[in-house]
Amino acid sequence: MDRAHTVKSFDDEIHQLRSLIGQMGGLAEAQTTDAVNALLRRDADAALKVVAKDVEIDALESEAEQLAISMIALRAPLADDLREIVAALKISAMLERIGDYAKNIAKRVPVLTQAAPIGPGVIIPEMARAAASMIRDALDCYVDRDPDLARAVAARDQQVDDFYNSLFRSLLTYMMENPHHITPATHLLFIAKNLERIGDHATNLAEMVYFSVTGQQLGDRPKTDNTATIAAPDLTD
Amino acid sequence: MNDLSLAAAATAPAAEKSLKMTARDVRVFYGEFEAIKGVSIDVTREDVTAFIGPSGCGKSTFLRCLNRMNDTVAGAKVMGDIRLDGEDIYSSGMDVVQLRARVGMVFQKPNPFPKSIYENVAYGPRIHGLARSRADMDVIVEKSLRRAGLWDEVKDRLADSGTALSGGQQQRLCIARAIAVNPEVILMDEPASALDPIATAKIEELIDELRGRYAIVIVTHNMQQAARVSQKTAFFHLGTMVEYGDTREIFTNPKETRTKDYITGRYG
Repeated sequence: MDRAHTVKSFDDEIHQLRSLIGQMGGLAEAQTTDAVNALLRRDADAALKVVAKDVEIDALESEAEQLAISMIALRAPLADDLREIVAALKISAMLERIGDYAKNIAKRVPVLTQAAPIGPGVIIPEMARAAASMIRDALDCYVDRDPDLARAVAARDQQVDDFYNSLFRSLLTYMMENPHHITPATHLLFIAKNLERIGDHATNLAEMVYFSVTGQQLGDRPKTDNTATIAAPDLTD
Repeated sequence: MNDLSLAAAATAPAAEKSLKMTARDVRVFYGEFEAIKGVSIDVTREDVTAFIGPSGCGKSTFLRCLNRMNDTVAGAKVMGDIRLDGEDIYSSGMDVVQLRARVGMVFQKPNPFPKSIYENVAYGPRIHGLARSRADMDVIVEKSLRRAGLWDEVKDRLADSGTALSGGQQQRLCIARAIAVNPEVILMDEPASALDPIATAKIEELIDELRGRYAIVIVTHNMQQAARVSQKTAFFHLGTMVEYGDTREIFTNPKETRTKDYITGRYG
């Protein structure tokens, strides 16, 4: 922790802002895990609870945003204080978005419980664990102001992208083999896409932490979601 | 220099900027007390350079070295090398009166002469023989008052006393007085700290307009002011210059912990 500000109430506000971000992060991670668990257990009620809970993240975002804006207006923060507050503004928007993705996953659960489970779905919990652990670790490096952990978290997006690429291919194959798979496979595809986006946001979050702590940009990472160029597999062989 | 080349100069990369003043290993003693402990800095012609730092850090002392105002302080001794366009300003051949015309100064408290507005501006050019006729002088006075952003407010009452103006107007009159002798460098020691926010904004706007025409060095306690008006910032602490760099860099990502602690309000 840095030395305290001469004006103590400024430190209080910074702690308050960090606490809001921490709460949002915990909620975003839990929502992601709960949405995928509802899918796994084919529990539509649990999924609806996840959908309903998203408003809590939205409310926290709005609170964090108002606090950050008033701090910029009233404290005229500079240097690491300025970077921290700007980072908190952006991070709160990222966490809110992660919450939306979790909600969207949960929304698809009732339809999926109507259809028979299909094989590739088993990758989803694995993928969700990877994405949720990225959120958790990105939040840890936010709390600990740890740029090295931030760099490591950002690098882990590769794993989530690999899951997505592999799911994309196998779901495509399932759909081509049997038109009855199209409904569940499409929903699973969107769920996988949501998890992939959650990984991207967790990565951005870690990058924001790195910037906030060091004042440097982490730099471009290679894009490893390559599904945009995948054509339909040839099943005639 | 025309406005186009001024604008180009203002945005030119640092490497292409021209050095107006250089200071090397400057030390100032007040008796036994070493107030400045070896400061080296370059003042570029195109930029506004801000000196910031806590009270007693030596920033005003160092500023006053740049036009030998410390000569007037009993017991003050200045060591090191300070050059204006490569010329040693502490050499025995340097005419101090001439130096202070080339390196003008504006102080914290507006200090107009108890004379008319016109005479306040005309005084410098007259003693330096810059005007051959009354018409010449009228042109200098008008031009200086215009550049100081004061002309429209005082053109109908040039014969009124300078001390009858408001604080902000008096400060702009002092800037007009400094400008009237065609200085190359203008030193400003807390030029807006005695003024209200609107008069302060006018001074800051004026500094921005004068930038490029004169090298400007400003000492300020107001960090936001330094951030707003300067391109280069130097942070002083306990008689040393801790950090010097682009203002944008100093205020967003300072390299030194002492700089960071000061500008973010964690000092002492």
